[in-house]
Amino acid sequence: MTVLAEPLPAARRRRARMTPARWGLYAFILISALYFLLPLYVMVVTSLKPMAEIRQGNLLALPVSPSIDAWVTAWASACTGLTCQGIKVGFFNSVRILLPSVFISILVGSLTGYALSLWRVRGASILFGAMMVVAFIPYQLFIYPLVRVFAFTGLGQSLLTIVIIHTIFGLPTMTLLFRNYFTSLPPELFKAARVDGAGFYQIYARIMMPMATPMIVVAVILQTTGIWNDFILGLVFAGRDNLPMTVQLNNIVNSTQGERAYNVDMAATLLTALLPLLVYFGSGRWFVRGIAAGAVKG
Amino acid sequence: MQRANVDIRSLRIGFGGLKVLDNLNLHVEASEFLVLLGPSGCGKSTLLNAIAGLIDVKSGEIHIGGRDVTWAEPKDRGIAMVFQSYALYPRMTVRKNMSFGLQVAGTPQDEIGRRLGEAAQMLRLTELLDRRPFELSGGQRQRVAIGRALVRHAGVYLFDEPLSNLDAQLRAELRVEIKRLHARLGATMIYVTHDQIEALTLADRIAVMQGGVIQQLDTPKMIYRAPVNRFVASFVGSPAMNFIPGSIARDGGAAFVAGTSRFSLNGYVFRGPPTDAPAVLGIRPEHVEVTASDDPFAVPARVEMVEPMGADSLIWCRLADGTAFSLRHDADAPLRAGDTLALRFPPETLSLFDDKSGQRL
Repeated sequence: MTVLAEPLPAARRRRARMTPARWGLYAFILISALYFLLPLYVMVVTSLKPMAEIRQGNLLALPVSPSIDAWVTAWASACTGLTCQGIKVGFFNSVRILLPSVFISILVGSLTGYALSLWRVRGASILFGAMMVVAFIPYQLFIYPLVRVFAFTGLGQSLLTIVIIHTIFGLPTMTLLFRNYFTSLPPELFKAARVDGAGFYQIYARIMMPMATPMIVVAVILQTTGIWNDFILGLVFAGRDNLPMTVQLNNIVNSTQGERAYNVDMAATLLTALLPLLVYFGSGRWFVRGIAAGAVKG
Repeated sequence: MQRANVDIRSLRIGFGGLKVLDNLNLHVEASEFLVLLGPSGCGKSTLLNAIAGLIDVKSGEIHIGGRDVTWAEPKDRGIAMVFQSYALYPRMTVRKNMSFGLQVAGTPQDEIGRRLGEAAQMLRLTELLDRRPFELSGGQRQRVAIGRALVRHAGVYLFDEPLSNLDAQLRAELRVEIKRLHARLGATMIYVTHDQIEALTLADRIAVMQGGVIQQLDTPKMIYRAPVNRFVASFVGSPAMNFIPGSIARDGGAAFVAGTSRFSLNGYVFRGPPTDAPAVLGIRPEHVEVTASDDPFAVPARVEMVEPMGADSLIWCRLADGTAFSLRHDADAPLRAGDTLALRFPPETLSLFDDKSGQRL
């Protein structure tokens, strides 16, 4: 039996030499990492310190007697205004806002993007460029008119209102994201499906969307972080019973009387930031995989 | 499997102000293999897409199998189509790709399985049924695309430059396969290409198109032998036909004169009475013959360059008045640049075109 000798990839790869340019590069990366990690570090250690330790003022010191008391308080019993049930109320409110908003905005955005990708009209790039510009108009401009509209329709402030609001504000970005992706596909794919007898929605559901996985991943990341981090829309449209986590966090941090509980504030902030953080860490791999999968033409 | 004929009557198609097809008429017999041949932008793909129902027509009628389908949906026309970019559904396996149309149409499972097996066997795809398109080579992808068309059991199969994305060797292989398929199924096929070799090898009849107009609709042999105008003459054939400007001699059209050279026209079939207006003589490189120098109709020419092509050589020559042309000759002949040849231009192989209109004389 013969053994085929395979070239070892490791043997081929040369060790990268440490040139001055490389030293500079590493130094830059290190400084950037410190710049972004230091605040996070301070927040984590402060949240683990009892107040007595915080008063000593050693911002960067590790906790002498670490405890998760502040986290428990922040989650379950910190006061957000008149009630003292911690930030968990806001967390579940945010989840209830997030799930339908992400799902509906991507559904509607991909469907309109698909429809618009079939509409190959002259000056389309200008039209869609304008749409992109519209997406950057400050929300504040729309708030008063929208409040009036929702008051008029009788919806007022409610969970449904805030879901509709997030869907509307997500629409330009979602539509363009999917339109641009669907326009990049060969039009013959659509023609082939038509010859096969598939209708508008069948082509959307069975051919276009399965191909758009990378775009769906990107859309989920964009919408999840955007909607979770939203403050003003939630404050204005969600209603008092559905205030999202960001608003509750603000209430905890700003409504303390007497001594400021820095450790609880830090813990509450970290809890609020947890989901976007997880999305970024968890999705990096998916993001790359999604984009790479998109590059493989069928 | 029903074999449908296709009848196109006064078809007009335009985009905005641009007229792509204007009053086009075409009849394709059942079981015929018709090739639409022409340069890009000549309207051949537009015509095919209109037959498929993928482009709206401005006016005119399209009948398939005797039924007016001008405004019918693609799926209701009894057609199947193969695209240049394969257009396979990337997320589906070969099996799903091929059965998608039948599933959408609600065909019973056992019938789908039967047709799928049949087409897969015919195209040697049985081993590949569970792969996805990105795991296939270009040739395999196009075979799947053809398979996807076959399972539809359509009356007319439409091919839109199906081999243009493949390399030369695969193209030749698949060409034979498509020809074999047509012989076996006897189905009506309409095939768009800009490759004249594909057109000549596959077609029962070729429609050569330019500027949205069918220039000539005829058998490959007639298209090659008796092109109706200079466009068809120059578009079909490789190496290209030689054109020599000159005029028909006044003495009753017995000869063509270009400078000091005289070409006999004894035996050339004129379409109308010959005139003495400026004309162009066309001859294919393989029809030029080397003859003895004492031949009364011999035309002297000087060899400029020899291009060996394997089976034969392409000899580039100049006539006494400087007109350049080429001829095919035995690869073993000891010819070199600077040699003088006596050439004969057999009248029955010539084509004469009016200099102004480009129409065959």
